[in-house]
Amino acid sequence: MKTSNDRIIGQEIVDDRESVTFGANRDKDFSQEPMCLSGRGVTRVFRTGRITTVAVDHVDFDFHKGELISIVGESGSGKTTLSKMLLGLLEPTDGHIFFHDKLRDISSGHKRRQYWKGIQAIFQDPFSSYNQFHKIDSVLLDCINMRGGKSLPKDQKIEMMTEACSFVNLKFAELTNKYPFELSGGQMQRLMIARIFLLKPDILLADEPTSMIDACSRATILDMLLNLRNETGMTVIFITHDIGLAYYISDSVYIMEHGKFVESGPADKVILDPQAPYTKRLISDVPKIHEAWDLSTVG
Amino acid sequence: MKRTLKNIFHTPRFVIGFIIIAAIILVSVIYPIVSPGNPMKNIGQGSFIAPGTYISSYDVATVPVYDSTGANTKIFELGEDAINNRLRVNMSVEDRETMIGWLTSLKESLGEGQLLAGENANATVTEEVTKVVDGVETTTQVEEEREVVLLENLTSSDADAEKLAELWIANYNDEVKVKGYSTNAQRRNIRQLNTRVSRMMSGGTITVSIGDLQPKELKNTDYIPLSKVANVINLPLGTDNFGRDVFRELIASTGTSLLIGLMAGVIATVIGLMIGLLAGYVGGILDDILMFIANLFTVIPSFILLILINYSLPASSRGAVLCAVVIGFTSWVWTARSVRSQVISLRNRDHVNLSKLSGHSLLRIVLTDILPYVASYVVMAFILQVSSGILAEAQLSMIGLGPEAGNTPTLGLMMNWATKFAAHTTGKWWAYFPAIAVIAFISFSLNLMNTGLDQVFNPTLRD
Repeated sequence: MKTSNDRIIGQEIVDDRESVTFGANRDKDFSQEPMCLSGRGVTRVFRTGRITTVAVDHVDFDFHKGELISIVGESGSGKTTLSKMLLGLLEPTDGHIFFHDKLRDISSGHKRRQYWKGIQAIFQDPFSSYNQFHKIDSVLLDCINMRGGKSLPKDQKIEMMTEACSFVNLKFAELTNKYPFELSGGQMQRLMIARIFLLKPDILLADEPTSMIDACSRATILDMLLNLRNETGMTVIFITHDIGLAYYISDSVYIMEHGKFVESGPADKVILDPQAPYTKRLISDVPKIHEAWDLSTVG
Repeated sequence: MKRTLKNIFHTPRFVIGFIIIAAIILVSVIYPIVSPGNPMKNIGQGSFIAPGTYISSYDVATVPVYDSTGANTKIFELGEDAINNRLRVNMSVEDRETMIGWLTSLKESLGEGQLLAGENANATVTEEVTKVVDGVETTTQVEEEREVVLLENLTSSDADAEKLAELWIANYNDEVKVKGYSTNAQRRNIRQLNTRVSRMMSGGTITVSIGDLQPKELKNTDYIPLSKVANVINLPLGTDNFGRDVFRELIASTGTSLLIGLMAGVIATVIGLMIGLLAGYVGGILDDILMFIANLFTVIPSFILLILINYSLPASSRGAVLCAVVIGFTSWVWTARSVRSQVISLRNRDHVNLSKLSGHSLLRIVLTDILPYVASYVVMAFILQVSSGILAEAQLSMIGLGPEAGNTPTLGLMMNWATKFAAHTTGKWWAYFPAIAVIAFISFSLNLMNTGLDQVFNPTLRD
């Protein structure tokens, strides 16, 4: 197991690996767990004039409670469109999404707000995730308000924010009254995790949360994300283009190509015994340390 | 925010534009306060008096005339009935009515009969006439009735002007509190009126030159200091066809035109911003409907629309405000379109998504997550809207569809009258050129400010 990890991931997160509890639940069979989020025939078509683009093409998926799912695919494969549909920011053109075994209903503002108490997201680019005119405090206060803590005394709110910040190794006293753009990219992304810590949703959708972060911060961010998952037992949907990273952390993997899932299943099965040619290509594209890089598959 | 402002005020273009427009605004605000007067008043009878300094031919030199040798100081009185002339010319009917009103109130608050009479109009004068008849002196008291000046008989006509002024001088007292004139502004007006009246009344009417009983003819070496002549009028830009002071009219017009531009700009920007934000953020069918309306306004040239609307409104109802409203309602289209396109690119940003996920309402997202990001653009669009509002007013007035002529001075109307009276073909440049120059300066400075802002907000344009 360890050798394959080394082989696939490369050097980036090796340093921090000891402390990280990656793949802790890998042996657990999640199919017995209750269903958290599932979809049948979910489709999204974009129309610009006469040109139609099918971004997501009739995908089915079942995400179980407490599972860490990776959706892997190259750029333009429809990962982000799918994640937006899961979040309810984009309406599917066709198909149904089920939330806790019930058909998802986000037709009114109130219902949407209820849904978003159960599902939250961390976005790819921390630099554009914040409103640059708002202070950090207001970002965290919004979360407390959303959890129904609007009438809490000020001291308690500060205590909660301090706790959330210390979970991600930030000092709230240093952040208060600052603007997000005064932080580094890594700090901003950690603040995003602090936000999730305050909200404690059932499902977290992480859309390439480490792709804009430098290699050193990346391990820290992943570490915190997984700590949070272990602590709260939330379902994490991890969207990435890095199949090595996906294998390293996830329980199950969905491989996406041109808006379709070409392969899915437990991480070990998909990565170690890939069936679809696209999965094989993705795996061979990962740079390896001790071998020459096989570029023959690059199309 | 502070840093952005600092950046803006370090951009030379913005600063130059800002200084020009600030100077224009300051002059148009301060000048009417410093030198009050009706800009629409006809000063001279003749039209298109050239720029220069003029002395009223009515006027009198009630001041020392300096001999060119400087040895003799003589006082000359030129013309007759000098004070009355001066009062007639300089004391308007409104002033006289104000004076009568104030005096009536004074009389009421003092009680009957307490009003002092003017110095030349005592009711009864008792004269002791001593006659020597056959060596016996007999003194008889002769009561002589003089004309009694009763306040009730005074009117605001020219004939009563002098009597009224005398009565005023005799009775005016700043200390006295008069009913109906209790606010500071009213008291200040009365005080200013008093200053004017006393200035006109002072000097007296000396008809004989002192020290030299012979009436002396003025020689061409005798000079009168201009500052001592009462009825001097300085017309830096001459008069227009009606005999109005162009300089004063120009300043009043600039104020009105700026106001029209500002109002039109505010209306256009508010409408454009609301439609742009709604259409861009909500999208879908609402976007289609709003953009259909916007496209309708785009394909019909807004100036033609403006002409048609103004043509259908009766001239008497077309004030400056209505004009500004009409201009504003026809020029929001470009603001709406560009705000919409900016909002469309913003609405899929992550910070908007995050705000949605935080459960914020549509209104809050639009106001806090979208509006601040387009604010700099909106400010720039607003400046251009003000500039085009002023130009639109000038164009409309030029063809006679602007604000009602006669009451409101605007830059466009000044040019309209100048054209109608053929100022441009007869070389009376002062009637139209100043208005053109002011319009050019306003529009130049606003566009310069806009370019400066563009440099700050659009980093790709920085040098």
